[in-house]
Amino acid sequence: MNMVDAVPLPWVLAVAAGLFCIGLFGALSRRNTVGILLGVELMLNAVNLNLIAFWRYLEPNVVAGQVFALFIITVAAAEAAVGLAMIIAIYRTRLTVNADEVDSLKG
Amino acid sequence: MNILIMVIFVVLAAFTLAAGVMVVTVKNIIHAALWLIASFFSVAAMYLLMEAEFIAIVQVLVYVGAISILVLFAIMLTRHVTGEGVRQLYKRWWIALIVAAALFGVLIVPTVFNYEWAVQPSGAQISIASTVEIGTAFMREYLLPFEVASVLLLVALIGAIVIAFEERSTRRRVLTLAEEVEQRRQRNESLRLAPTTHASETSE
Repeated sequence: MNMVDAVPLPWVLAVAAGLFCIGLFGALSRRNTVGILLGVELMLNAVNLNLIAFWRYLEPNVVAGQVFALFIITVAAAEAAVGLAMIIAIYRTRLTVNADEVDSLKG
Repeated sequence: MNILIMVIFVVLAAFTLAAGVMVVTVKNIIHAALWLIASFFSVAAMYLLMEAEFIAIVQVLVYVGAISILVLFAIMLTRHVTGEGVRQLYKRWWIALIVAAALFGVLIVPTVFNYEWAVQPSGAQISIASTVEIGTAFMREYLLPFEVASVLLLVALIGAIVIAFEERSTRRRVLTLAEEVEQRRQRNESLRLAPTTHASETSE
């Protein structure tokens, strides 16, 4: 009467993979830098889903799986804070948040 | 009972993926952020389904409570006139689509479905790591990574302040919406008179 008996592991992994690929598409194709960051957040979420699925199906009595997921959430929070600060700083100097208009290093 | 759990899982999975698709395709960036919150919530529900209740609560607190509010604030601080004519995706977005779809269909799904996972046999008496054990583990074998994570958060905090800080001497007046519209109209006017390589930024 739990998830392990009801849903096979590959289904969960396929959902996480789908979420990851959607996030990858968003991160690669959006022009808006905030949109890119949203795609990255989706990818991090997919990775966390994967980790929790592995923990629950393969090693449910070991805490390492959940601890790893918590560290990823921590890193995602730090990444979002610094990324959004950079977006605000870029907007201040260039008055745009579109990634292809910030092209000072373009030859 | 098993069929009920499976139905719940399929509904949650479909909603998560649909919300994810909306995040990357919807035109209005604020709507994208709101769809992201929806997808965070359904992922948290999936954690609950997998009996990782602590992670589910942390997901709601950190992602929904902190990160999405941060994203919404950043969108509002960098607000600019997004007309219907402004493209949201790159011109060659289909390359990204091919890369993502190929990664999913060619690499991940065949690997995941063909590998023999050593899943715990059903019916066996297994103990699931509880929140108490996570807390104990953080104070024992994961003490050093725990401290490193807290230092990382401190560094990110200071770094975000330093990056976004604005000297008083360089502080500009924030433009009103009407001034921004006027500025954009003038920019478009000058682009039309002298087409440069930047003319693509407002193409339909």
